Formats: sequence, structure tokens, C-alpha cells
Amino acid sequence: MTLTALLLVAAALIGIGLYGALSQQSFVMLMMGLELMLNGVLLAAVGFWSLAAGGAPAGQLLVIITMAVMAVEMAVGFALIAAVYRNRQADMTESLDTMKH
Amino acid sequence: MVFWVFSAVAVVAGWRVFCTDSMVRASFLLLVSFIAVGAIMLLLNAPYLGFATIFMMGVEMMVMALFMVMFMMNPAGLNPMMMVHQHRFSIAAGAAAFVGLAIAIFTTGFPHDPVAAGRPVIHDLGRELLGPSMLIFESAGVTLLATMVASVILSSRSGRFGAADEGSVPPPLEPGGEPAGRRPDDEGGGHAHHHH
Repeated sequence: MTLTALLLVAAALIGIGLYGALSQQSFVMLMMGLELMLNGVLLAAVGFWSLAAGGAPAGQLLVIITMAVMAVEMAVGFALIAAVYRNRQADMTESLDTMKH
Repeated sequence: MVFWVFSAVAVVAGWRVFCTDSMVRASFLLLVSFIAVGAIMLLLNAPYLGFATIFMMGVEMMVMALFMVMFMMNPAGLNPMMMVHQHRFSIAAGAAAFVGLAIAIFTTGFPHDPVAAGRPVIHDLGRELLGPSMLIFESAGVTLLATMVASVILSSRSGRFGAADEGSVPPPLEPGGEPAGRRPDDEGGGHAHHHH
């Protein structure tokens, strides 16, 4: 297992996640794309920490902060989905063509 | 070898997320991808982060599956489903991201400095979190608290003076009078409010 191989896997996850985030019409599937991108970021960060940074403790901290970002993204995303669904009965990105209530 | 197995599982499961008909199955496939990444972290001498990823994503994807059942029209995958827009552009963007990152990976000289065997990494992490980086760690905690407040405000139905989606109006100051407080100006700015 080399750092290059690991980063390639992370890049593949980020690429697939970007495809999902751009292509999916349903809000929840779109968020899955974002999650997959963050999954690749986590993997790359742990790879750098473990194979190129000699296990510097701040590297693990970076991963924990990324996890907190994921949790925030999920929570706010689902709250927005609930709010939009309540107001518009919408679960697709196409049904939101305006920011107005 | 084990690394390649987990990598293949992570990437293939991540790809299948966007191919399956069932949205519940999609969230479990994403969970499989996360668990494989968590296992790779275990291989990389990051036991705390690996297990944290596995447990956190286990819970998160169960919530995701619940939301799929609640909001989506086809959670069980009984009908074929392909709900995509700008498909070619998205494929091109994903491939471009991968190729661009791969070029960056191959053209960069990374230092080779692996974690020393037997290094107490979890101990290090605890010292870092409650030592030099405590402010960052605490900021993450406050951010999560703000997120909880924000998500309750966003998703709750009740407004300050009654149901928000029926137009919550403050009560009058005297019986039978006008509602108290400033009312939103319907003419100004040229935006129409639709109250459901």
C-alpha cells in the first residue's frame, strides 16, 4: 500500500461523488454524492497523516474536523429537506426554481 | 492485498450508490463504502479514526435510510429508476476531477515518512485534542450545537405565533385590534408572498 495508490482511490471516490452531486435530481441522493466526496477527503487525509507526515497528531485532528463537517452537512441538509418538503411537497431539485417562499 | 480488496469495495460500492433502483439500498451501499474506508484507516494505523468513521457512518446511514423511506417515492426499488439531470456533464466533471487529481498525485513528490510502529497514536490524539488544539476542538463542539439549533429551527413546523406554514401572526395588543409588531411589506421590493 503506497501513498500514491491510496490517493488514487481517494480521487476515485471524489470523482464519483462529484458525479453524484451534479447528476442526481433527488435531494437525498445529491447529499449522498457530497458524502462520498467527503469520504474520499477523509481517506486522503488519513493517508497523508499515516504515510507522509510521520503520524503528526494535528493530522488526526484534521480528520476529526472533517467528520464534524460531515455531521453538520447531514444535519442541516436534512433539516432543509424537511423544510422544503413541508412548504412545497418537493423532493427534487427541479421543483425549486426560486428562492421565494 | 487487503488494501486493494477494501479499495475495490469502497469504489465499487460508491459507484453503485448512483446505479441502484432502491434508495434505501443506495444508502446501505454508501455505508459499505464508508466501512471499507474505515477498514483502510485501520490498516493505516489509525484505529480511533477508523472505528469512529465506521460507527458514525453506521448511524448516519441509518438516518439516511429512514429519510429515504419518509420522503422518496421509490424507497424499495420496485420500479426501475433513473433520476438524473445534466448526465453527460456530470460524468465529464467526475472524470475530469479524477484525472486532474491523478495528474496532481503523479506529478507531486510526496515525502515518505510513515507512522513509527508502536507509536501511541490514540494517546497522541487525546493530548492534541485537549492540549494545543483544544480551541479548534471546542469550536467544532460549538459549531455542532449551532447546527442542532439551526436544524430544529429549519425543520420544526411551529412558528413563533402558530404554524409557520399557515402564516404565524402575533396576537393584538388590545382585544380585537391589529396584530402587534411590524408586518412584512407586501408592496415594497416587488416580491409576492404566497401564504399556504
